[in-house]
Amino acid sequence: MLRYVFRRLLTAIPTLFVIVTISFFLIRVAPGGPFNQERGLNPVIKANLDRIFGLDQPLWMQYLRYLGNLLRGDFGPSYNLPDFTVTELFKVGLPVSIQIGASALIIALLVGGTLGIIAALKQNKGADYAVIATATAGSTIPTFVIAPVYQLIFATTLALVPVAGWAGGAFANKIGPILTLALPQIAIVARLMRGSMIEALRSHHIRTARALGLSDWSIIIKHALRGALLPIVSYAGPAAAALLTGSIIVETIFAIPGVGRYFVEAALNRDYTLVMGTVVVIAIFTIVFNLIVDILYAVVDPRVRYD
Amino acid sequence: MTDITATAPVVGRSLWADALARLKANKAAMVGLIYLALMALVCIFGPNFLPHPYTTIYPDYVRTPPSLSAYPKPEMIETALQDAVRRMRADLEEWHEQDSRVFVTISSAKVIDERVTRYLDRSDTFNDARIESKSADGLKLTMSATVEKEYFLFGTDNTGRDLLARTLIGGRISLAIGLLAGCVAVAIGVLYGATAGFMGGKTDEIMMRIVDVLYSLPFIFFVIMLVVFFGRNFVLMFLAVGAVLWLDMARIVRGQALSIRRQEYVQAAEALGVGAGGILLRHVVPNLLGPVVIYMTLLVPQVIILESFLSFLGLGVQEPMTSWGVLISQGAKNIGSANWLLLFPAFFLVSTLFALNFIGDGLRDALDPKDR
Amino acid sequence: MKRSLRSLLLATALVTIGYSAAFAEMIYNRGNSADPETLDPHKTSTVYEAHILRDLFSGLVMQDAKAEIIPGAAESWKLSDDGKVYTFNLRKGATWSNGDPVTADDFVYSFRRLEDPATAAEYASMLYVVKNAKEINEGKAKPEELGVKAVDANTFEVTLNAPTPYFLEMLTHQANYPVHKASIEKLGADWIKPGNLVSNGAYTLAEFVPNDHIKLVKNPKFYEADKVKVDVVNYFPTEDRSTAIKRFEAGELDTNDDMPLEQLADLKAKFGDQVRIGPYLGTYYYAVKTDKEPWSNPKLRRAISEAIDRDFIAEKVWGNSMIPGYSMVPPGIAGYEPAIADYAEKSQIDREDEAKKILTELGYGPDKPLKMEIRYNTSENHKNTAVAIQEQLKPLGIEVTMVNTDTKTHYGYLEQKGDYDVARAAWIADYKDPETFLGITRKASGNNYSSYNSPKYEELMDKAAAAGGDPAERSKLLSEAERVLVDDLGNIPLLYYSYHNLVSPKIKGFEDNVMDVHPTRFISKE
Repeated sequence: MLRYVFRRLLTAIPTLFVIVTISFFLIRVAPGGPFNQERGLNPVIKANLDRIFGLDQPLWMQYLRYLGNLLRGDFGPSYNLPDFTVTELFKVGLPVSIQIGASALIIALLVGGTLGIIAALKQNKGADYAVIATATAGSTIPTFVIAPVYQLIFATTLALVPVAGWAGGAFANKIGPILTLALPQIAIVARLMRGSMIEALRSHHIRTARALGLSDWSIIIKHALRGALLPIVSYAGPAAAALLTGSIIVETIFAIPGVGRYFVEAALNRDYTLVMGTVVVIAIFTIVFNLIVDILYAVVDPRVRYD
Repeated sequence: MTDITATAPVVGRSLWADALARLKANKAAMVGLIYLALMALVCIFGPNFLPHPYTTIYPDYVRTPPSLSAYPKPEMIETALQDAVRRMRADLEEWHEQDSRVFVTISSAKVIDERVTRYLDRSDTFNDARIESKSADGLKLTMSATVEKEYFLFGTDNTGRDLLARTLIGGRISLAIGLLAGCVAVAIGVLYGATAGFMGGKTDEIMMRIVDVLYSLPFIFFVIMLVVFFGRNFVLMFLAVGAVLWLDMARIVRGQALSIRRQEYVQAAEALGVGAGGILLRHVVPNLLGPVVIYMTLLVPQVIILESFLSFLGLGVQEPMTSWGVLISQGAKNIGSANWLLLFPAFFLVSTLFALNFIGDGLRDALDPKDR
Repeated sequence: MKRSLRSLLLATALVTIGYSAAFAEMIYNRGNSADPETLDPHKTSTVYEAHILRDLFSGLVMQDAKAEIIPGAAESWKLSDDGKVYTFNLRKGATWSNGDPVTADDFVYSFRRLEDPATAAEYASMLYVVKNAKEINEGKAKPEELGVKAVDANTFEVTLNAPTPYFLEMLTHQANYPVHKASIEKLGADWIKPGNLVSNGAYTLAEFVPNDHIKLVKNPKFYEADKVKVDVVNYFPTEDRSTAIKRFEAGELDTNDDMPLEQLADLKAKFGDQVRIGPYLGTYYYAVKTDKEPWSNPKLRRAISEAIDRDFIAEKVWGNSMIPGYSMVPPGIAGYEPAIADYAEKSQIDREDEAKKILTELGYGPDKPLKMEIRYNTSENHKNTAVAIQEQLKPLGIEVTMVNTDTKTHYGYLEQKGDYDVARAAWIADYKDPETFLGITRKASGNNYSSYNSPKYEELMDKAAAAGGDPAERSKLLSEAERVLVDDLGNIPLLYYSYHNLVSPKIKGFEDNVMDVHPTRFISKE
């Protein structure tokens, strides 16, 4: 296993390299540049700007320069927020997104998992239908509906929490974003867990355990859960990467300074350096979480083996 | 000798027929299926039977609440009259209703042009305007017009378009994208993931690394590029959306396949000499359909929401075409002041997805090999 | 004994309360639509940055709560007889926030830095009226050759190319603020960070968390610090307007500079006087590709312009937050008569009849419909405007299709002169003078999306520039030039902008004005 992990970490480097290269050229092919806006620029001034940011050099030269900087850990200044380097923006924003995302993920796994298990145990009975109904509702209502409804009920009408803002990370400000992100995930995890638990509960060794008289809960925790976790783990990997890198909708509506918005806004603003920053961050998260997921596969299901 | 009566030859039921029978027996799934079919029919053919096209703007009925009774409501007639008279640049003297027509008298400091009746005609509220009488100096005019009855069962949106028509038209887009993109994502994802998981080893690694790379690429740019090169095509959106979602599916499937390939029946098939392709199609894929089906029913709402996100950024459906996602995101912005804008499309979306979920659960139960 | 102890305690309590009341900070929470792209005045380009920089820095002249010019870092100034040389007398004893005196050298340095191509200032063109500025910015001259001079520590002299009556107005723009030379030389790009930023205005920079808030605190060294009442002003980037409304309602924001206009009727009902709407110097127009058939025909453009019902759009789409516009320069500039289109007063019916006539004349009819594509950048209101126009042109047999793209793509496309029929654009005044609106349709302008090219227009604009010494004559010539533009319809003006602010009744000193300028130093909160 250790050799496997080591090998995977090694392959991460060429993977990252491919990602960076493809992205670099992909984003420059899109029309428009960082400096097109409503007022339009005098060609002289535009030429000056291009020169300062190195945009007037041939593409391959820009690429090599970027790679060189990257190896030194320098992601460059953001084109559209030049007061900040890309590194600084992530230093401020990433902890925010991670806090909210991680909390949402943990809640989703715990609550969703529990609900799914209950539903599976009481399959086709009242509790099952209740869970399914709630889960379906939760997974079909988009975050851009949950967020304003939450604000309307808890902030405007009941005045229990602030409407929006980060306030340095105050707890009351975090409830809204975390709940909004968690709700759809709870629903998804619940359904996945229910589905795979039902399958696991029907398997031969569970029937044997039941025949031997073991109580439901100890059966579940000891035997079925392990087998049922596979799809959850598969889902949780990419879900974690997505949640931890923030959601633009939640961050915009709740006005919190996360990095989620950069994934969309930087692209729309053609902020090349910031886009590359987001690409690298997502790539690292993806690679790391996929590795964790693959390791967990082997832990959870002994039938899985990597030769 | 025993009399052997002729009996019909014994026909075995295939496993798929078994599954179909089980599905038909599942009431919830059948209800879901019927609901889905009805929804599709209504969205496809419904707009042709409605009095209001989905693009027509009714300037007098901007942001009107839904109502089962006809518009205009009595208090609205006066407002509409005042609006029209103002456009004529005249003063409203008096108005009254008589014999199902509205009579209105206007006056002005300048001679009134007889063509002002057109302003009444232009208004959504009135029709068939004609001049009843004119004062000798031309400074006063009495007109009459019939009152147009309109029904807005779902109300109207912020521009004054009938929400019912737009919801149905939006349904066409959302259903089409949701189901088609979902199917495409599933088809590619299942084949890709099953192959990777089953093959294992180096093949698996390379295939999954490719998935990693594709996952990290900035999606928005990819969409912008598609729009630039292929213009604004409906098919384009399928591509963009399907291109992103097959990745997650592939991962889930691959995880399942990794586990399945160690099962006895797979090893048995290998021992029998069945080729890799055959094992994949006949043993691996059918056995991992459970989580796949569940995930697919979770995928469809993601597709619809992703499509609305793209449209919101200007990269998806163009005005005046719309989709449930777009309608809902517009409705969400108007919570508290115009709730119907959110409630109706949201109801359509959520109920359709409920139906899909029942179907999905039914499929999963039907395809579950352990149920035999 | 007990009584005196009690009165002593009471007195202490009163004094403490008195002190805390005196020391209770006045905090103003200000919604500001978007984060500034930068706090370096020479690299700025947006209105949102302008609000913040106006609080941080003091230019030669500034604007008061009503956007009228008042002395800033300069307490008085003289203009030479030929109208080309301004001499500014700087305020004696004025200092930067770190104690360094504000001298004429600071302004020399700052103006040169604005024009230096190495700075790549987006608003360098603001000072092109100064001698050699354009040449320096193009790299053809050295920054030292700029027509500015520090006669002595307190006297700053500017030499212009020609008499420029709007020069003082231009100086209120944030690109012309002074920057602290020693900080820039020592800290380089980090000079704008909180803790480093040295400013000479009413406030200093305390915090800048991107996408979260910007905190400014009162500058005790400001020359009028005793008149500044707000101690702390927090700028919040309120991108989501629906959320901004909710925050305003909950009291988390004291003012906000925007609101969802499609809900205007409901907002007015809920907030009453707190909704402030009024004319703002900006024009919303549709550019037309004038160098392409059939749009090169001014009659066709006229038909389209006449057929559009601006009253409806202003009323129903924008909830009366925009005003129907028939000229390129909006009203509100003292001493200038905008050239209003001749059909502005005609009844809509007459205009449509005339439009139909023109279309038939040009050969368009039910069997040969006119096809028109409208491009706009993604936004609810732009979309609704285009949709409304589509419906208005339908009865005339014009088939309208629409294309919406994100803002960068939209303007990138227009700047590169991509193919289009009609495209939405807008222009907000940089300073209070018609020049800012009329300059964009000159042949050489980078903002001339319509590729409008009229020798008569160019001639009149040149004449107006030459008549700088005589403001009345110049106004007349500019108006004539605008008449040419409006009759020709190089652009189709649709609406004039208005500002839309939400202002809590606790806020005083937030005066409505056409430049929508509200310096925090004139504001107080109860």
